[in-house]
Parts: sequence; structure tokens; C-alpha cells
Amino acid sequence: MATTRISYLDALVQAQIEEMERDPNVILMGEDIAVYGSGDLVERFGSNRIWPMPISEASFTGVGIGAAISGLRPIVDINIASFMYLASDQIVNQAAKLRYMTGGHVQVPIVFRVCMFYGVSIAAQHSDRPYPQFMNVPGLKILCPTTPADIKGLLKSAVRDDDPVIIFEDSKLWTVKGDVSSDLDALVPIGRADVKRVGTDVTVLAIGGAMRAALEAADALAKEGISVEVVDPRTLKPLDFETIIASVVKTGRLVLVENAHRRVNASSEIAAIICEHAFDSLRKPIIRLTAPDVHVPFSPALENAMYPKCDDVVAAVKRML
Amino acid sequence: MTMDRTQQLEAYRRMVRIRRFEEEGTRLFTGGRIPGAYHSSIGQEATIVGACLALRANDSMTGTHRSHGHPIGKGADLRGLMAELMGKETGVCRGRGGSMHLADHSVGIIGESAIVGGGIPLATGVGLSAKVRGTGQVCLCFFGDGAVNQGTFHESLNMASLWKLPVIYLCENNGYAITTSLQSSHGQPSVAARAAAYGLLGVAVDGQDIDAVFDAASQAVTRARGGLGATLIEAKTYRFDEHEVGLVIPGKPYRPAAEVEHYRAERDPIVLFRSKLLASGAAASNLDSIDAEVQEAVVDAVRFAEVSQSPDPKSLYDYLYSRPINQSSWAL
Repeated sequence: MATTRISYLDALVQAQIEEMERDPNVILMGEDIAVYGSGDLVERFGSNRIWPMPISEASFTGVGIGAAISGLRPIVDINIASFMYLASDQIVNQAAKLRYMTGGHVQVPIVFRVCMFYGVSIAAQHSDRPYPQFMNVPGLKILCPTTPADIKGLLKSAVRDDDPVIIFEDSKLWTVKGDVSSDLDALVPIGRADVKRVGTDVTVLAIGGAMRAALEAADALAKEGISVEVVDPRTLKPLDFETIIASVVKTGRLVLVENAHRRVNASSEIAAIICEHAFDSLRKPIIRLTAPDVHVPFSPALENAMYPKCDDVVAAVKRML
Repeated sequence: MTMDRTQQLEAYRRMVRIRRFEEEGTRLFTGGRIPGAYHSSIGQEATIVGACLALRANDSMTGTHRSHGHPIGKGADLRGLMAELMGKETGVCRGRGGSMHLADHSVGIIGESAIVGGGIPLATGVGLSAKVRGTGQVCLCFFGDGAVNQGTFHESLNMASLWKLPVIYLCENNGYAITTSLQSSHGQPSVAARAAAYGLLGVAVDGQDIDAVFDAASQAVTRARGGLGATLIEAKTYRFDEHEVGLVIPGKPYRPAAEVEHYRAERDPIVLFRSKLLASGAAASNLDSIDAEVQEAVVDAVRFAEVSQSPDPKSLYDYLYSRPINQSSWAL
């Protein structure tokens, strides 16, 4: 099957359009969606499929859930990830729980799209990376793809999945280009990690936008003869521990890189699991590179220093050897 | 719109089913045979049944923590409801929902939300889905007077108005959100009046009068099916029991004993409806045989629930996801 080289953002839009064309029950809901980001959607699908929303995150999220329970497959665009807090009652108390609380009689096939914008001086109320909070909620599936092929394949899988799925897009990856399959049914399975670079000396596991720093570091270290294995979990819930553990068993060293705040983030959980189940394989203590436990400041002078960079990853890997 | 005799007898039957079910449930709860918390619908039967009877079998509903009356009003079998209250595998939610979440999917209930106001957006979404799919279905959304002060009420009614969604918003206004009276928590004491702010029709009815509720709900359903959009109905009703069975509220009573007594003695919706039926020529023997039949159904439901199995602890993860997730990830 042919491939085309497109950006992460274009891959996402393409997946959405292809799934809407495939299944008439897929609808799109969100603020400003008739104008931004997705190009002529109303003309293409009609106002019965494209639902521009009033600024009512707490309720339009629930409207999507009600529609999902009763036969549709909504993609709800919550836009900026920090707005999820307004919608979180409906996501946590309804979407995540209804199948369980009804003994499986109700299903909630819904996709929540949220975009993590940060590093662009929009300050603390628009810059969160809140996936760790939602990882603590049973019943949700949480995706955090880093490549065009993955976001396309995972978004398609999410639309076809019968459970509530949250996709955390990362605005830092929008411009990343990559080969994407033209096969309309090319899916990336939910719950499967991917080894982005095969290596033998150190495992670097990176989440979302942190993948850029991880890959740059792997390239730089390769020039010095250091072989880094870069693991992308892609799905944060359920986590593919088999792939992660297998890599750590092979290399004996683990660096975790992510842009969420340090306290109780995805790395905390992964580090705990490795300590519980692969401790004997570790040749050095795990290193976590994360944003610090402080709000995202407005001033670029303060914010730029917050997130792990290529140099930080390089230094961490060298400390381990 | 008025009920014909067959509908009237069915209405009476369902009201009595709620009453007897709740009386028996209260007894079992007090005796320790039902776990958790028990919110009884006694006193609110006319509101529930009057609204439900305006629906078709395939219409949807959402409800509240006071959730036992809603499925019975919609025609549910009592066995699965009682089994659910006892946490049994044969319950309508397989013992995973319980008293505040007695959502019987087989009669169109998509959720009974114990988060106050949490079901209002869901019902709005069911209405949106019916409109998108062109099914002609409507959704009846029950909520209490407390929920009217949640943001979800405001946001959802705005959307329902904007898109003319086929939803009937039915406020079971029993005057108190636990101990907080409507007078002490609503700037606008008329719930129905709030509809005007959203460009919706708002109607207030006597919630103890099943004919009044049925009429208002039927008109709302007709409007909804006809593409004229949503209606807000405020049914003024009263809960005869405490917020939860056995709840002891310290300090000064939040509602006067005389008020409770007045509703129990003068405004019992079943007594009122039975008198009306008799006055309009219904045979007492017919009503008595309905009473007896309901009594038997309740006894049967309790027997069924008591002999049913509890869920197997090994099934803890069942129904969390549509397909079991890689088992090793649980262990990890």
C-alpha cells in the first residue's frame, strides 16, 4: 500500500475525515470547529454531522456521551487540554463509569481530542499536560501518539473502539512529518508500545512532545558510539508493560522523559512498575526527566527552562554509563 | 391530553408498584438486607408515572440518585430491580450500580446519575442523537430542584433550545435538596420560569396529580416529536420520607412536621388518583385486584433477589472495558 509524507496535524485531520466518510454515525463536536483546523467540514458532511459548540465544556462533553450511548460515535474536540478540568465530571463520572455501573448494558464509544499547548507563552491556564490525572481513572483509554502514522492509526482505532478514549495531541509535534499509509483501514492498535529506535546500552522512554528531545539525543549519542533504545508507549492506558520491561531487561538502564509535572506523572508509574517487576535487571537507578512541580510561567525566560531538552537526555544517558 | 381507562389502570398499577416496592425495600434496608443508602420515591409516584406514560417503549430516559421509581414508571420488571438493590448478579446492573443507579437498560434508561445534574447533558445528547439519526425518539430527563442550580442545567437547556432537541426536562421539585429548601437556594423560586431565559416553554404542574403531569408531558412529547424542541416541566411534588431512609438530621427540623403530615394525609398521589378513578366509575374490585397482583409481584421480586447469587469476586474487572484488556497489565 502506498504512503504519503504528511505532518502530524494533517494526519490527524485526514484520519477524522476518513472515519467520518466510512461511518455515518461518526460526528464531530467542539468549539470553533466549523471554522478552524479541519477545512470545509460543514460543506463536506453537513450540519447534522458537524456540531459547533457553545462555550459549555462541562455539558457538551456530556452531550457527546449521551449521543455515544444512543448510537453515535462522537469525536469531541475539547481543544486546549486545560479545558478538560471543566469537562472532567462528565469524563470521569459518566463516560468512564457508565459501562461498569450498568453491568455492561451501556457502552460509550466516544473520542475526546485534547491538545496540549505549551512552551508558547500562554501561561499556566492554557499550558497543562493533564494526562496523569486521567491515568488514575479506570475505564478510560488514553493515547499520546508522537508520529503522523501513529496519530492517524490511533485516532482511527479510537473512533472504532467501543470505550471512551482520550487522545492527548501535542502541539509540539504538529509540524513533525512522516510517512502515513493511504490504506483507509491502517490502524495502530491501542495498548501497544513502539520501539522508535532499536539500541542496546540505555532505554529512553519518551512521552508525547518529549519524543523530539529523545530522538535528537539518540542521534547525537549514536555519533559517540552509544546505542540508545527509544521506546514510545503511544498508549498510556492501558500501558504496554511487556514492551517496556523487555527493553529495560535488555539494556539494564532506563531514562524516562516527559513534559508533565514531576509529581505523580506517567513516569512515576512506569518507574514503580519497573522497580516491582524488573528491579534485578537495573544496572543503574532510573532517571526521570520531567517538568518541575511548578506552574507554567508566562515569561519565555522562565518557561523555556522547564522542559527536558536534548542536552538533558544526553547528560542523563551518559551519567548511566 | 387525557388517559383512557386502560391507561388509567396501567398508571394506577405502576404507581402502586413503586409504592409497594419502596415500602418493601425500606423494610429490607432497615433490616440490613439491602446494603448502601436507600433513597425512596414514596410521595413522588404521580410525577414519575405521569411522565413515563407519555412515552413510547423505545423512548429513552435519564434519572437521578432517587432512582427506584423511574424504571418502574417506565415499565421495568421488579425482579432485576430488587436483585440490584441487594447487589446480586441478576440485578439490572449486575450488582455494579445499586440503589442510586437503578438504570434498567431494557426499558430505555441510559443512566441514573448520582451526581446531581450529571444526567442533564446525557439526556440532551440522547436528544441530539435522535435528531441526527432521525429516529423520532424523545428523551425524558428527570432531575430534582437541587439540580436546577447546577451549570449543566443552564448549559444543556441552552443547547436544547438552540438545536430544538427532542428532550423533556422534568424537574421533580420536592422542595428540598437534602435539607436545603428551594426558598433558601433559588433566586428565582419558579423552576418553570427559568425556561423563558433559554427561549423554551416552561410549564408548572401539580406533581401529585397524575392527570396534570400526564397532560403536560404528553404535550411536551408531541412538541418534541414534531420538531418543536424541548420543554421544561416543573412538577411540584413531595418526598414523604427522609432524604435517605434512616438518615438522622441533627438540630432544628429543616421541614415542619406538620408539612410532612399534610402531604402524607392530604396529598398522597395514590390516594388522590384512586378516589378520582372510583368517582369516575372504575370498579373498586379492579383496583383491589391490581393491589393484590402488585403485592404478589413484590414478594416474587424479593424471593428472586434473595435466592440470586452475588457476583463472583473473580468478575471484579468485568464490564470495565468492551473487551478484556491484556490481563497481565492488571497484575502489574
